Amino acid sequence: MNGIRLYWRFLAASVRAQMQFPGSFLMLLISQALASSAEFVGIWALFRHFGQIKGWTFAEVAVFYAVINMSFSITEVTARGFDIFGPQFVKTGNFDRLLLRPRSTPLQLLGHECRLTRFDRFVQGAVVLVVAAHFVHLDLSIATLTLLLATIAGGVALFAGIMILQATLSFWTIESLEVANTLTYGGVEASQYPLDIYVRWFRQFLIFVVPLACVGYFPVVRILGRHDSLGAPAWLSSVSPLMGFLFLAVALRVWRMGIRHYRSTGS
Amino acid sequence: MAAIAGPLRSYRSVFAARFMLMLQYRAAAVAGFVTQCWWGIIKVMVFAAFFHGATARQPLSFPQTVAYVWLGQAFLMLMPWWGDPEITEMVRSGNVSYERLRPLDTYFFWYARALAWISARMVPRAAMMFAFVALLLPLLGLGQWGLAPPPSPRAAALFVAGMVMAVLLSGAVLMLINLLVVVLISDRGPSLLATQTVTLLSGILVPLPFFPGWMRSFLFLQPCAGLADIPFRIYSGNLAGGLALAGLLLMLVWIIALIAIGRRLMERVMSRLEVQGG
Repeated sequence: MNGIRLYWRFLAASVRAQMQFPGSFLMLLISQALASSAEFVGIWALFRHFGQIKGWTFAEVAVFYAVINMSFSITEVTARGFDIFGPQFVKTGNFDRLLLRPRSTPLQLLGHECRLTRFDRFVQGAVVLVVAAHFVHLDLSIATLTLLLATIAGGVALFAGIMILQATLSFWTIESLEVANTLTYGGVEASQYPLDIYVRWFRQFLIFVVPLACVGYFPVVRILGRHDSLGAPAWLSSVSPLMGFLFLAVALRVWRMGIRHYRSTGS
Repeated sequence: MAAIAGPLRSYRSVFAARFMLMLQYRAAAVAGFVTQCWWGIIKVMVFAAFFHGATARQPLSFPQTVAYVWLGQAFLMLMPWWGDPEITEMVRSGNVSYERLRPLDTYFFWYARALAWISARMVPRAAMMFAFVALLLPLLGLGQWGLAPPPSPRAAALFVAGMVMAVLLSGAVLMLINLLVVVLISDRGPSLLATQTVTLLSGILVPLPFFPGWMRSFLFLQPCAGLADIPFRIYSGNLAGGLALAGLLLMLVWIIALIAIGRRLMERVMSRLEVQGG
């Protein structure tokens, strides 16, 4: 409980530091949100050309796009400490200092830096979601909105889990591993399209190994009021965002195992 | 004769030194390679799904699109996304002022470094990617997802010429970014701008022929098309005969134009250079 208050203070300090130049910050955020929409322009071009993808319309795919980008954005903003863990904490030996403090290491790393500029992805996703919701006639009931929020929260937890696993690996490799980008950025890329367009082994990977489909495809199909062509029962779609939290819990267990293997580089 | 050979030798040494230095980052190359394979697989599957329901004749056939996607992954490191990090660092520390003291043309000195930086990061990854998509995938029986060879030796030869020119073009674009970094004393804005522009306009995000028809002549004529679109379409035979030659000629025009613009800019920038640091 005390931990949560401490975390908010970490956040507040980081936000205040970045808000020293509010005008410049806002300009950076807006220009970045505009610039990073290149990806969405690409999807637009493909839909303009082909019309649909295996029966999915542009507006429907835009909802998949928005949900996964909003989730990932929140993780990117908050979990920066894990992202840069290898080069900035293990290699430099700075992790020793975190271990000395009477607080858990995940808490300290989460509070390390709150990168507000990465919020651009969220802004962009939110705009896409609002516009797309209009076109797909999204059902605005409490149940649907709750599921939407749960889906985004589950996605945040899942991406945080991936970043924690990536950080754990650097206990052994010291360097940070670019390969983890396949699951973070690559995960976003894959989840921007509905799961049923992919081949079987790739679908299974996204369901059972890294359960991105549980915080994207399954609940979003339910939110859109569509029938799942893969045959998942409706109740499963509603509870599947929980898989994100389960993944995070497992990642934290692995993290604790990793810490026991930690040997300071001594620098 | 010696007057020309002297500086040329210097530029060649600059190129060689930087090339060997960059080759040391083997682990980064392997990690990047795995990431790009994964990325390519996702893209190929997405295109397969788009083509699935399409009945009309496409501006790029499915095998041609697959080749385009894989070439884009193989030559990803060619893209001038940021300024040269060494130059950015010089600008930050103020050491950029030393560059004025060297008895060489600063533009071509930096250009040689840029070419080495681009090609040394590109060559190992491209080699690994070719082995994966042109040899391993067909051996695994996944040939339709892999990279088919060019339709003719002529296309292959034109493609090789196109890629050499693409490196020269990329270096010229990179120099413009470098100069912007020197003027603004920050790499943030220029990188943001360059990354998005190059990604969209080169075709590595979505092949340019899939953009709406009214944009296509503009997309073909702008300089970034030479970074990916033109050589990749020559490879798959989508751009053949006179059009392929026209594409290469266009690239040549852009290379010369961008270098000329860059040199002019360099003179102006360097004559009123602002230096920070101490």
